[in-house]
Order: sequence, then structure tokens, then C-alpha cells
Amino acid sequence: MNEPVFVAGIGAISAIGNNIAENLNALLSETTGIGKMTGLDSVHRDQLPVAEVKMDHQALASLAGLPEGISRTALLSAVAAREALGSAAIPGFGKLRSGFISANSVGGMDRTEKFFIPFMENNQRGRLRDVVHHECGTVTELVADKLGIKDQVTTISTACSSSANAIFFGARLIRNGLLDVVVAGGADSLTKFTLNGFNTLMILDSALCKPFDENRKGLNLGEGAGYVVLVSEKLAATLDQKPICRLSGYCNANDAYHQTASSPDGTGSFLAMSGALQKSGLNPADISYINLHGTGTQNNDIAEGTAIKRLFDPHYPPMSSTKAYTGHTLGGCGGLEAVYSILAIREGLIYPNLRLETPMKDLPFRVQTRLQRHAAVEHVLSNSFGFGGNCTSLIFSKA
Amino acid sequence: MTPATESYITATTVICRNKVIQNGREILNLPEEDLPGFLLAVYRNLEVQYPKFHKMDLLSKMGWLAAECLLDGSSLNQRVSPQRIGVVLSNANSSLDTDLKYFETTRVMASPALFVYTLPNIVTGEICIRHGFKGENAFFVQEEFDADLMQQYMSQLINNNILQAGICGWVDLLGQQYKTVLFLVEKEARGLAQPFNTANIIKNFTTENG
Amino acid sequence: MVKLMSDLKSQIIAQLNLQDVKPEEIGDDQPLFVDGLGLDSIDALELIVLLQQEYKIKLSNAEDGPKVFKTVRTMAEYIKAHQAQNA
Repeated sequence: MNEPVFVAGIGAISAIGNNIAENLNALLSETTGIGKMTGLDSVHRDQLPVAEVKMDHQALASLAGLPEGISRTALLSAVAAREALGSAAIPGFGKLRSGFISANSVGGMDRTEKFFIPFMENNQRGRLRDVVHHECGTVTELVADKLGIKDQVTTISTACSSSANAIFFGARLIRNGLLDVVVAGGADSLTKFTLNGFNTLMILDSALCKPFDENRKGLNLGEGAGYVVLVSEKLAATLDQKPICRLSGYCNANDAYHQTASSPDGTGSFLAMSGALQKSGLNPADISYINLHGTGTQNNDIAEGTAIKRLFDPHYPPMSSTKAYTGHTLGGCGGLEAVYSILAIREGLIYPNLRLETPMKDLPFRVQTRLQRHAAVEHVLSNSFGFGGNCTSLIFSKA
Repeated sequence: MTPATESYITATTVICRNKVIQNGREILNLPEEDLPGFLLAVYRNLEVQYPKFHKMDLLSKMGWLAAECLLDGSSLNQRVSPQRIGVVLSNANSSLDTDLKYFETTRVMASPALFVYTLPNIVTGEICIRHGFKGENAFFVQEEFDADLMQQYMSQLINNNILQAGICGWVDLLGQQYKTVLFLVEKEARGLAQPFNTANIIKNFTTENG
Repeated sequence: MVKLMSDLKSQIIAQLNLQDVKPEEIGDDQPLFVDGLGLDSIDALELIVLLQQEYKIKLSNAEDGPKVFKTVRTMAEYIKAHQAQNA
């Protein structure tokens, strides 16, 4: 309908790898990144498995080329965003109109926690203004400076759909001729704050999560970042390397049901998926693979599954949740899973939904359990649904 | 690009410095109250029954109240399908005010009800739940109110027929510092009928310099 | 039991910020969730916090929630049973 927006580069860091190549290897070897907590200093260390990036703060700072004193969220963001921009290899980038649209939900909470330990004992020992990296926006600014992007820099914070929203907002800025190139995605680091919070909601699995399994017990938290480099058709035509794929559809809708729970029939999820299909001009039957939001909670998986049934019945494309590999990376998952969706197109892959034992009884379809190579993957639907009822679906298509 | 004047600001609400200003007119001024007391007084003044109001954090209460005032008498829900109404908000302090309060509870026992509000976009969710709005939502976090971004994002949605109407603006709170400015933006020139452009957004935003 | 149920009503109101509800308006056998008092999943989690803070009873399995938190009476019975166990 409008002029297309192409994906010229991708970057990722997660519990299954510090770059695209490592992530892809782990996806192919079916190696999960979820395990015993080693980096995070929490009382739940032995009870709650998490999906940590396998690098301590110091090593990560050095990889990111940033000082150690800043938030882990910013470090993860910088690593993946820089890889994305590097892989796009856009000549004369500095002369183009560029944007950095980034998302996160915890901001600099990891640093804030360090500040708070002495503060809680004696409130004379800390001041609010010392929590300089706390704001979600600061994380974005730090990384934008590092990338040398100035024209449009902004932060989206809509819980677990944040970075999917960043990606389609970036695409719109290009479509409207405001920018030539946008680095878009998001990041979140593991913090005690989110771990304890999700624990009080009683939706953390004390074993490895089992998305879309009848006996699923909840999610495992993870950390990571994923970014895409979006370019206009005009710019894509001037590049030496062919674009990886294009972003052909997207839609955001609100479930308008509850602060955190999805509506039983997945109204918001249905509206997001059907809106994205409509935008792309595709039919449900055109979708080659769905990268599910699939957190592993009772509530998400049945709501998402019900919405899929309503939209796709009776012909279901292969689908899986890669959160069984990476855990739930919150503000980062939309970006990370966009990257996996793009890799599915580039490499012809359908990822397995690890650890599935018993398919959900109330759903008429089964998720993919075996890795499929050399698949004809034309169009991938990627779902990201967040607290606050914020539901987003993206569709990536072969260029 | 499509011209910016294809949509209109049809109503505004400002909440700051213990005042509520609806469409440029002060409707409530309670200088004596602290913020929780002030917000409760605004709620009582609306004479609505919404028990869930009392469970919200202060950021959601403030945004929710502002949306009530903004939509008061607009009959928006009768005119526009809920799937065509969206909410696009922004602020500087994300959910920091509630993050800190949640942190306090973790000393004794972490409160699940408070944790729910440690995300800034829960306020957009509360507004959508109340009015059944199912259209596009976004929440931006940045140091200062960016009128250009709001104008650009919202007119994009309306000019491209993704939305027919939407609420946009600023909902910010940390400690005793707070300010909310909401705009109802519609395709039709009703109510205030001010062209939805950056100059008008800034004019309304700075009406009450809080 | 009567005293316990009356205490519980006040504690529920305080814990869940039910500002417009008075203790005497909550019936001993009135359903607390959905159609009754209109509580939701987050309220259920807060009731778990209440049990732990006020009565030192830990309900570790959230799936027991619906049974225990059905009414003020079922909550009181659960507390009685567990206090007897602990004694």
C-alpha cells in the first residue's frame, strides 16, 4: 500500500549468544539459554531459573565500549544496536537522516538497586538525583550518542510489546519520508526488581518454562536486546548488499480488559494479528511461520492460542515460542524475536518450541516441536503482547 | 506528507498545581490538599462509581481522572467505534514514583498490586479499560514534552485512517511534582475545534505553567 | 469465628483499597470474586500477602486461592485450621 520499508541489518544479544551468529547456532543446536542464576544476586538464586547473558558487567561494558558505571540495559542495547548498524554497512551513514527508536521497561533499575541498598538503611545516604540512569530515556540517549544518531531519538515503554512498537514506529518515520534510516528495537536487563515483582504475581516457573504446554507453570525471565536497521526503498537500492527482508505489516491494539491479564478470548491479540495482516495485504494462509509471544503463563498462552484459532482455523501455519530458548526478555523480546523472525526468512528455518510434552487440550492445533531446515519461509508473523493490554503484531516478508 | 490541519483538538484537560482545567476553564482548585487528597477530591467531584479507581497508583489515577474530564460530554463512544480510538501518552519520570513505593514494600513483603503499576503504560491501559478503547496505544519516555512528536504520531494515525479519534499528551509524576495535559484529537472540527498543530499543542500545554 | 470474620472484613478492605465498601456490607458467605465483591487475580495475590502478614500463614500454591478465598467464611476456616496446625 505505502512504499515498502526494508530490513538492511540485524543485531542481537541474549542468553543464547552475544551476537547474531551465536544466537543462530544455539537456535539450530536447540540449546536453551535458561539455567541457574549466576550473575544476579538474589535470594531466589536456587529456586528460579533465569536466562542471563553469559557475560559479567565488566566484560559486557568492554564489549559495548562503554564505561562500567552505566546500566546493563544500556550495555545490552549498545552491543546489539551496534551489531545491527555494522551489518547493514550503509556508506555515508553520517550524512543520512537517521533515527534511534529504542524500547525498554526497566531502564537503569539494575544501577538503582545498587544505590538503594545503602539508601534503605539510612535515607541520608542517598539522593534521588543519584539515580541518574534510572529513566528509560537515559538508556536510549547513551546508546544513540554511541551510534552517532541525532535526528530522532526516542524511547518507547509499553511493557513487553515495547520493542515491537519501536520497530513499527521506526518504519512509519521512513514511510512518511521523515528519515532515511532507523535503528529500532529494544533491550532489558535482569533485575531483582522484576524478578521479585513477577514472583509476587506467581507467574514464574521454578523449572524451565514450557510455552503452550498443557502443564505450563509460568515464565522464566531473561535479558537481552534485539535491533533491526530499517531503510527506505530509495536507500535500499543504493546499497551493495540486498536487503534481508521487508517489514510488510504491523498493528497495535489494546485488549482493554485488565491491567496485566489478557482477556479470555484474546481480543487485543486478535485485533493486532488481523490488523497486521490487513496492513500487509496478506491472508492468514499466506503466513509461513508464527513466532508466538508464548510466555508460558496459563493466561497468555490460552488467550493467544484462542485468538490464533479465531483467525487461522482450520489451516494453521507452523508456530513456536522462542522464549523457551531466551526466557522472557520483557522490553527486549519484541526486538529479539523480530530478529529471529528475520533469520527464519533468511535461513529458511522453523524453530522448535523446546520442551513441549503435552499440547494444550483446549486448542485444536499443535506448535512446532522439531527444527525444520530448508523451509520455504515467505512471511513471518511475530507477536508481542504486554501488560497494560498493549498488543502488537509485526509481519516480515521476503524482499 | 499530508497537511497537519486535517485533525482538530476538540477538548483539553490540564491537571497541575492542585487545579483541574477543562477546555481552558478552571473547574477545580484545591490548594490545601496533598496529591492523594487532591486526586480523591477530583474523583468525588466527578460523581462516578468506579471502585477500581482506589486501587490505582497515583500516575494512573491522575491520567484516568484527566481522561474522565477530557471525555466529559464529548459522547465520543457513541460516535466512534472503540477500535478506532487510541491513546498516545508520554512523560519524563516513567513509573518511578510507584517503583519507589513498590521498593519500600519489598522491605516487609512485596506488594503484587503495586508491582502491577511499575510500568508507565498501565495508565493507558486503565483509560482503555474504562472506555473500551481498543485502538493503537503508545507511551514515550523523554526528558521534556515533545509537541512535535505528539503531533506527528497522532496525525499520522488519524490521517491514515488507523484511528478516527485519540487521546494524547503528557502524564508525569514524581513525589509532589506532577503535571498532566491531555488532548482529545478528532477528525471532525467539534468542541474547541483548534487545528491540531504544534503551536496549538504548546499553547495548551503551557496554559498553566506548573 | 465471628470476631475473626469481622477482623478479616476490615483487613480485606484495607489491603485491597476498597474505599467505598464498609465491613458490615460484606456478607460472611458472599462470594468475594467476580459477581460478589468484584475482586480480580491481583486482589487474590494481595489476599495471599494478607494471610502471610497478619496470620503468618503461607499459601504457596496459587491454585488453592479460589477455594480459600471464596468467601470470608472459607478464609476464616482456612486460618483456623492452619492456626490449629501451627499451635
